[in-house]
Amino acid sequence: MTLTLRRLAGFGPAFVLAVALLAFWEIYVRAGLISPIYLPAPTAIVQALFSNWDVISVNTMQTLLETVIGMVAATVLGLALAIMLGISLWLRRAIYPLLIISQTIPIIALAPLLLLWMGYDLEPKVLVVALYCFFPVAVACADGLSGADPELIKLMQSMKASRWQILWLVRLPGAMPSFFSGLRIAATYSVTGAIFGEYVGGIQGLGIYMQSVFNSRVIVLLFAAIVVTAVLSLLLFGLVSLIERIALPWYHGAVART
Amino acid sequence: MSAKMEVARMGEPPKLLVQGLSKVFGGGRDGLQPVEAIASLDLTVNTGEFVTVIGPSGSGKSTLFNIIAGIEQPTSGVIAIDGDSSAQRAGKAGYMLQQPLLLPWRSVEENVMLGLDVRRVPRRQALGQARELLKRFGLAEFARHYPSTLSGGMRQRVALLRTVLFNHSFLLLDEPFGALDALTRLSLQMWLLDLWQSFHSSVLFITHDVREAILLSDRIYVLSARPARVLRVVDVDLPRPRRPEQLALEQAVTLEQELIALLLKEQKL
Repeated sequence: MTLTLRRLAGFGPAFVLAVALLAFWEIYVRAGLISPIYLPAPTAIVQALFSNWDVISVNTMQTLLETVIGMVAATVLGLALAIMLGISLWLRRAIYPLLIISQTIPIIALAPLLLLWMGYDLEPKVLVVALYCFFPVAVACADGLSGADPELIKLMQSMKASRWQILWLVRLPGAMPSFFSGLRIAATYSVTGAIFGEYVGGIQGLGIYMQSVFNSRVIVLLFAAIVVTAVLSLLLFGLVSLIERIALPWYHGAVART
Repeated sequence: MSAKMEVARMGEPPKLLVQGLSKVFGGGRDGLQPVEAIASLDLTVNTGEFVTVIGPSGSGKSTLFNIIAGIEQPTSGVIAIDGDSSAQRAGKAGYMLQQPLLLPWRSVEENVMLGLDVRRVPRRQALGQARELLKRFGLAEFARHYPSTLSGGMRQRVALLRTVLFNHSFLLLDEPFGALDALTRLSLQMWLLDLWQSFHSSVLFITHDVREAILLSDRIYVLSARPARVLRVVDVDLPRPRRPEQLALEQAVTLEQELIALLLKEQKL
């Protein structure tokens, strides 16, 4: 209990700063220093968000769906690549450079191509999310796998453990904290990835919504969509952290196994 | 020499027989200056014996253990476990390295059963055996704890039980108590003797500590500085079960002085 309070208290300075900035923003707009059509006040944004929730929520669900499927694909792909990098030096030498090169391809060039190949449906967005997100997962997890204590590997070899047993019993569980660090970074990228995928072309989603409200110059709704995007990203980040706490109790100071 | 050993010599082969073992690192393809770690070493552990290897630091003792455990191969020489001199030695000894090496994501009981997981024993059965062992040696209350919550001495006990559950017939213990304070160390030494006697294990033990060697062993091999050779083999004729106060007996004190003098000559500054 006290621990939770202390944890909350840790967010105090950030909270105070955020409130101060929002207050400044509100006063600045209300004082007529800038047209509310170009920069709406925070209270106006919240109001617009609630009164347009029916439309915004439909688009949000679409984006959320793409994000979650893309994240799952990225996790599976990242883990598989990390294991391949981790088990054999030859595979590492073959795959690692290609992995780096894959990250130098500008998604802005790739996304329209994906659209051309796969149509306006879910697939190209999911793929953009996966391409954004697999890299931090793969790299962090591969680092975790190769960070296993060599003495521990020796112990396993003395027990006549196979390469796969060493991977399964020692290296993979030991890499889980790194894996989750990568996954948290991926979670923060993921929503933006989905929105970008939609922006290039689609039927529904926050990216499409942003484009259409901007084209009709309803800037307040553009801000409302930005708020939803930020909240969505934070929620995904929080979800990954929650799963980590449940999956790795030993890493978070648990005394005994329950 | 005990009667048990005489029987072993006449009947079955010794638990461990090492003959003319040498190990050279480097040289050959990698272009490094070859380093001789072990030079023509002979060593025997009979069934049920507690044998200690003592020598100056860096004398290749850990290399010797890695070779016996099957992690490394010798440059030349014969190693036979239970009379079998094949090169596939992994799994034939319970090897405990210097650090406890417990897996932080496994509870104490799950750590103890690690060796059974490697042997693909069904989980329920393995867990049962681990719990029984923990109970028998006074660690039942910690069974579900994570290792990070245990003291150094407790971690070593858990690591020892893991070693025993994997293979209790032949234990290779590489300085298991090196990092512990004097009192914890003494209590673990007594605990180990208890363990050894209840399992009739054969033990090969490394230490720097002459008193530890005398307190625990039937026989002590004194190794030279690198490259390791056997300088002397000493039988310890103290009665069993051993008690710490036996270290004050005249024969123990004489032996201690003798071994220390021998080791001091070998210790490089």
